[in-house]
Amino acid sequence: MIAFDYARPTTIDSALAAAANTQARFIGGGTNLLDLMKGSVEQPALLIDVNHLDISAVEELPDGGLRIGAGARNSDVANHRLVRERYPLLTRALLAGASPQLRNMATVGGNLMQRTRCDYFVDTGFARCNKRLPGSGCAARDGHNHLHAILGASDQCVAVNPSDMSVALLALAATVNVRGVGGDRRIAMADFHRLPEDHPERDTNLKPGELIVSVDLPSPRFAQNYHYLKVRERASFAFALVAVAVGLDIDESGRVREAGIALGGVAHKPWLARDAATLLTGKSAHDADLDAVAAAALSGAQPLSRNAYKIPMAKNAVVRAIKIAMEA
Amino acid sequence: MKRQRAAACDSRPSINVDRRTFIGTMACAGAGMSFGALAQPPPPAAAPVQAQRATITLHVNGVAHELDLEPRVTLLDALRDRIGLHGTKKGCDRGQCGACTVLVDGRRINSCLTLAVMHDQQAITTVEGLAVNAEPSALQSAFMDFDAFQCGFCTPGQLCSAVAMIDEARAGAASAVTADIKAESNPGTISDADIRERMSGNICRCGAYPNIVAAIRHASARTG
Amino acid sequence: MKGSTGSAMNRVDGLAKVTGAAAYAADFDVPRIAYATMVQSTIARGRIASVQTERAAQAPGVLLVMTHENAPKLPAEGQKAQPPGDRALSLLQDDQVRYNGEPVAVVVAETLEQAKYAASLLKFSWEPAVPALDFESARASAYQPAALTHAPPDVTWGDVPTAMRDAPAQHAATYATPMENHNPMEPHATLAVWNGDELTVHDSTQCVVGARKALARKLGIPVEKVRVISPYVGGGFGCKGSAWSHVLLAAMAARKTHRPVRLALERTQMFGPVGYRPRTRQELALGADSAGNLLAIRHDVVSSTSTFEDWSEPSAVVTRMLYACPNVSTTHRLVKLNLATPTFTRAPGEATGSYALEAAMDELACKLQVDPVELRLRNYAEKEPESGKAWSSKALRECYRAGAERFGWSRRKAATGSLRDGEQLIGLGMATATYPANRQAANALVRIGADGSATVQCATQDIGTGTYTIITQVAADALGLPANRIAVEIGDSQFPEAPISGGSMTAASVTPAVQAAARQARSQLVARAVADSESPLHGLAGDEIDAADGWLLSRADNSRRDAFASVIARSGGSPIEARAQAKPGEEKDQYAMHSFGAVFAEVAVDPALGEVRVRRIVGTYSVGSVLNAKTARSQLIGGVVWGIGMALHEQTLVDPASGRVVNANLAQYHVPVNADIADIDITFVDENDQNFNPLGARGIGEIGITGVAAAIANAVYHATGKRVRDLPITPDKLLGA
Repeated sequence: MIAFDYARPTTIDSALAAAANTQARFIGGGTNLLDLMKGSVEQPALLIDVNHLDISAVEELPDGGLRIGAGARNSDVANHRLVRERYPLLTRALLAGASPQLRNMATVGGNLMQRTRCDYFVDTGFARCNKRLPGSGCAARDGHNHLHAILGASDQCVAVNPSDMSVALLALAATVNVRGVGGDRRIAMADFHRLPEDHPERDTNLKPGELIVSVDLPSPRFAQNYHYLKVRERASFAFALVAVAVGLDIDESGRVREAGIALGGVAHKPWLARDAATLLTGKSAHDADLDAVAAAALSGAQPLSRNAYKIPMAKNAVVRAIKIAMEA
Repeated sequence: MKRQRAAACDSRPSINVDRRTFIGTMACAGAGMSFGALAQPPPPAAAPVQAQRATITLHVNGVAHELDLEPRVTLLDALRDRIGLHGTKKGCDRGQCGACTVLVDGRRINSCLTLAVMHDQQAITTVEGLAVNAEPSALQSAFMDFDAFQCGFCTPGQLCSAVAMIDEARAGAASAVTADIKAESNPGTISDADIRERMSGNICRCGAYPNIVAAIRHASARTG
Repeated sequence: MKGSTGSAMNRVDGLAKVTGAAAYAADFDVPRIAYATMVQSTIARGRIASVQTERAAQAPGVLLVMTHENAPKLPAEGQKAQPPGDRALSLLQDDQVRYNGEPVAVVVAETLEQAKYAASLLKFSWEPAVPALDFESARASAYQPAALTHAPPDVTWGDVPTAMRDAPAQHAATYATPMENHNPMEPHATLAVWNGDELTVHDSTQCVVGARKALARKLGIPVEKVRVISPYVGGGFGCKGSAWSHVLLAAMAARKTHRPVRLALERTQMFGPVGYRPRTRQELALGADSAGNLLAIRHDVVSSTSTFEDWSEPSAVVTRMLYACPNVSTTHRLVKLNLATPTFTRAPGEATGSYALEAAMDELACKLQVDPVELRLRNYAEKEPESGKAWSSKALRECYRAGAERFGWSRRKAATGSLRDGEQLIGLGMATATYPANRQAANALVRIGADGSATVQCATQDIGTGTYTIITQVAADALGLPANRIAVEIGDSQFPEAPISGGSMTAASVTPAVQAAARQARSQLVARAVADSESPLHGLAGDEIDAADGWLLSRADNSRRDAFASVIARSGGSPIEARAQAKPGEEKDQYAMHSFGAVFAEVAVDPALGEVRVRRIVGTYSVGSVLNAKTARSQLIGGVVWGIGMALHEQTLVDPASGRVVNANLAQYHVPVNADIADIDITFVDENDQNFNPLGARGIGEIGITGVAAAIANAVYHATGKRVRDLPITPDKLLGA
C-alpha cells in the first residue's frame, strides 16, 4: 500500500476543504477502499476520515420519510427501529449483503460508492481494464464474465455494481444529499450511479470533492408489501448473481397503486425497472401478467459469452419477488 | 464497554502531523475520491515518499498501548506486529474470511480492513481478552467441549464474532433469516439457522460449522 | 480397551487454540525480524526481458530486492523434483516464466508495509511467448505419465471392449471436475533464521521432516544444519505437504540480508505457487447385465499439469478397487499447460474419481430401474478386485444398511421431481465413500520424568486432525498415566522421524510408534521397581504388574503399589527414556486395506433460480477402530463440508487469455460458509482392524470428502431430472438450456 497522509476533520467544511486535493479520498468504513488500496487499484495521497463528522444520525422527515446519515453503519441502519418499521425492504437488502463484521464497518455513503468486484478490475495483474486503466481494454468481455452485466453494458465495460443496499434504495426512490464546496445537491438514486458508456472509470455522477452527507427516503409506501430476493452461489456472504427489490403499495381492493422494482447484479448500476413497475400498476395478484412484467424488467438484456443464465434467472426472480410481495 | 470515540474525536490531540512530508506525499498518487466523487483514474504508481506518522493509543484488552505508526498500518497489523498480540489471525487480509475479527467498542469488525489510526482511544478486545479471571469463558469452554475447531486458525475470529453475535441477537438485531423484520424481537433462544447466518462472516475451512453452531447454542443458552 | 483411547476426550491443544496462545508459523517473533513479500509474474509464458529494481531498492526501509539477477545460485541437482514431496520450484535461478503468478522476486524491508509498497514499484518488462492454456485443445497431445504417486497409470484386466459391447445395459458419459484450491485458513508462512551455517525455519507444513530435507537439498547444505519447527498448522489439506518456493526464498533472503525473514503468503498467492487440485475430464463407461451386475468398466482420466513437473490426479484408482467386475480398464493421461504444478488435495484421486464413478453408477441404476443402494450391493467386492487379496477388514455392507436406515432411504421414490417443498424440489441421492488405509514407518520417544509425568516427542504434525490428542490418549493408556500428565511435543524436525501428515496416515503410522515407545518406557520403569528392594513391588515378575493413574501396582494385590515418581526418585532420579519405531510389515502383502462409507444426501433445488442447498447428509463409515470419538466425528464432518463445497461451490477460474487465476480470493472462490452447512450425521460401524495395525485404526482424514459430491449430484438429479456432469453444480448450469 502506498504511503499516504491521514486527516481526521470534525466538520464537514474542513473535510470538504481537505478534499480540494484531487488525490484525496474520503474514508468511512474502509471496507472497499482499503481493499482496493492493498491491491494498488486505489492510490490516494490523502485519506480524509469522515467518521468524526456529525453525519451518522437517522432522523424523521416531516412527510414521514427518513433521513439517513451517510456515516451511519449498514448494521445500524438495518436495525434502526424506524427503518425496520417503515422500510423493511432496506433492512432486508442490507442484511443480505456482506457479513455482520463488514456491515458493522461499512457506511451508507461508502456503500453507495462501492466499486465493482469484477476480478479483472480488482487485480492489477490483469493488463486490460478500462475502468482501472482507461483505454486498456476489457479482459472480462472475452474472459470469465459469468458474473457480469446483461443490461446497459458498453464495449468498454461489462462490470456490475455489487451493492445490495443501493438496489433497495432505488426501488424506494431515495434521494442522495451531497455537499461540495459549491453547495448542496440532491441526486435521485436513479441518477446517482452511471452506466459505463465510454467512461467506465466513473461509477457515479458525483463531482470531484463532493461528499455524501445523507440519503432521504420518501414517505413510506412499501412497508407492507415488499421483498428483497438475492440469488447467490452460497447461502450467505456472497455477491448477488441477481437481486431483485420489489416494493408495492397495494390498495384496499388488492390492486397495485405504485410499484418500485429494481435489480442488482445485472448492470453497471442498480437497475430500475420502470416499465415493469408501470405494467404492474393497477393490477392485482389475480390479473397481473408477471411473465410480461419480468420480460419488461429484462427488456434489452444482452448476454455475454458466459452469463446467458442471468436472463431467465432474473426474470424468474422478478416473478418470485413480486409474488411474495403481493402475498405479504 | 463504554464508547470512547466521541471524546477522542473532540480532543484529537494525538494526530501528529509532520508537515515535512505532507507536501511530498501530495505530489504523487491517485486522483478522485472514494466515498465522494471520482473523476479520473489514478496515474501510475508514485515515487516513494516518507509518509507522515501518527501517535495513537489503542486500549487492547484493557491495556493502553501507545503506538507511533504510519497511517497505512491496519489495525490487524498493529495488533500483531506492533503490539505483539498474535492471537488475531490474518486469513485473507481483505475482509473475506473473518479470521481477523476483533471487537471494537464491543462491535465485531474485520481488523484487516481498517486502519489503526482510525481507532485511536478505542477499546479493542481480541481473543487474548476473552477469558474471565484467567479462566476460559463459557463460550471458550463450549468451543472446547463441542470441538468447534480443528486447526484452530479461524478460532480467534470465530470466538470474537460469536461473543458479538450473541449480544446482537439478544439486543434484538435482525438477521437475514429473521422471520419478521418489523417485530422488535428479543429471542430467548437463537435458532440454529439464525446462528449459521450470523456466523457466516467467519469461514472455517476445516468445516467445524456444525460444532461451532452447537457450541454457540450451548453457550448462549447457558449464559442467558 | 480400557482408558483413554477411543473416548471423546477434548483436544489437549484446545485451551491454546481458544485463548490465542497457539503459535502458528507467522506468529513467531524474533529480534531484528524483517518482512518479505513475494512478487509474481503477470504473464503465463516467456522470459523476463528486464527488471527495474532501483525505485524499489531505494524505497524507505527496503533491505533487499531479490530477483533472478542477484539471487544466490543454488546447486542444480537440488532443483529437480524428487517425488512425492520435493517439488520443482521457482527460486529465481533464471529469467524464464512458466505460469502466470510464478514467483519472480522477493522484497525484504523493515516493515511489512514497506516491503509491500516497494514490491509495487518493481517494474518488469516481459518478453511473452504464446502460452498453452486450453485444456480441450491440449487433450490432443495428452500423454501417459511415468507413474501416479502410488500406482501405475494404466491398469487393465479382462477384455473390456468385448464385455462392454456385449453388455445388455450400458452407460457412458464424460464427467468433469474443476481446478480447486486448498485454501487452508492459514496462508503458508515461513520465518527463516540463520545462525552461522545453521538454518532454523518456522514453517506452516504438513511435513517437518520433508521440509527439512527439501531445504537442505535445494540449498545444498547438510540436512543436520536445518531445523524445521511447526507446532501448529492452520490447516493443510495437501498444499502444505511440500516445501514450495516461498520456503526456500525466505531462507535465501534471510541469508542475503543477514536478518531473520518472515515471508507470509497473501491469500491471492495461495492460488498457484502452492499447488492445487487439477482439472479432470473423466470418461466413464459401465456395462452390466439386466440385473445390474457389472460386466465391464472403463475409466479414462485426463488431468492437467504444469510444463515443468508431472503431477497426476489419480481419479481412476478408485475404479480398480470399489466394485467386483471381471473386465476393467483404467487409464490416466496428462496435458501440459502453462499453469503452476498441481498437488495432493484432500483425497487426491478418490475425491474426483468417486464423483465420476458414483455418478455413473447412479445413472446405471436409473437406467436399470434398480435402487442405487441395491445396485452397489449386487456388485459388492468381497475381495480387492485388482489383486484378489482379502480385505484387512471391510464393513461397507453394514454402512449401506445403517446409513440408509438413519437417512430414511427406504421412503425414497425413484421418480425424479417427485418431492416438493413449496417452490423447492427435493432430491435424495447416495454414493459410496472410500479411501485407502495408508501407513508408513514412524518413530517416537517417550520420557518419564522425575515427577512421574511423561513427555512424548515425535516429528509428526497436528494440522487440525487431533494428533496431539490421540497421541496423548494412546500414551496415557500404554503408560498408565492420566492424560493430563502427558506432554506431547510434535512439529519439530529434531524429534524422532515421522511421515507426512497426508494420505490419512498420521494416526495409523504414529500411534503404534508412540504405543511401542510408551510400553518400553513402562517396562523400564517396572524393571526399576521390581529390582528395588524398597519398592512394594520388589521381586514381582514384570507381567505381574499393572500401571494405572501414575502408579505401578500388583495385579494380584492392588494395595501393593508404587508411584512412578517414587520409583524414579529411589533409582537415582534419572528419567526413563525409550525410543521405538513402528512400521507396516507383511500384512501389506496379505491384505488389501481400505476404509469405506456410505453417504446419503438430501438437497433442495430452486428450479426457477438454480440455487441448490444441502439439507442434510448422513454418512456411515467403516474406518477400523476410532481413537477419539469426538475428533474423529469432526474430521468426517469436515470432509463432508469439503464434499459440499466440491459439489456446489468451488472452482478456480483461469483467464483463457492470460492464464491468470481470476478468482484468486475468498470472495469469489467460494468455500462453504456456515449458512451452507446444515445437518451432518456421522456414525461409525463398530470395527477393529487388527490386520492393519496394532491400534486397529485406519485413517480418517480424507474419506469424508469422497462420495459426497456424487451423492449430492445424484440428489440434484433426483430432484430435477437434470444431470450436471461437470462440477460444481452452480445455478447457471441448472438454468442453462
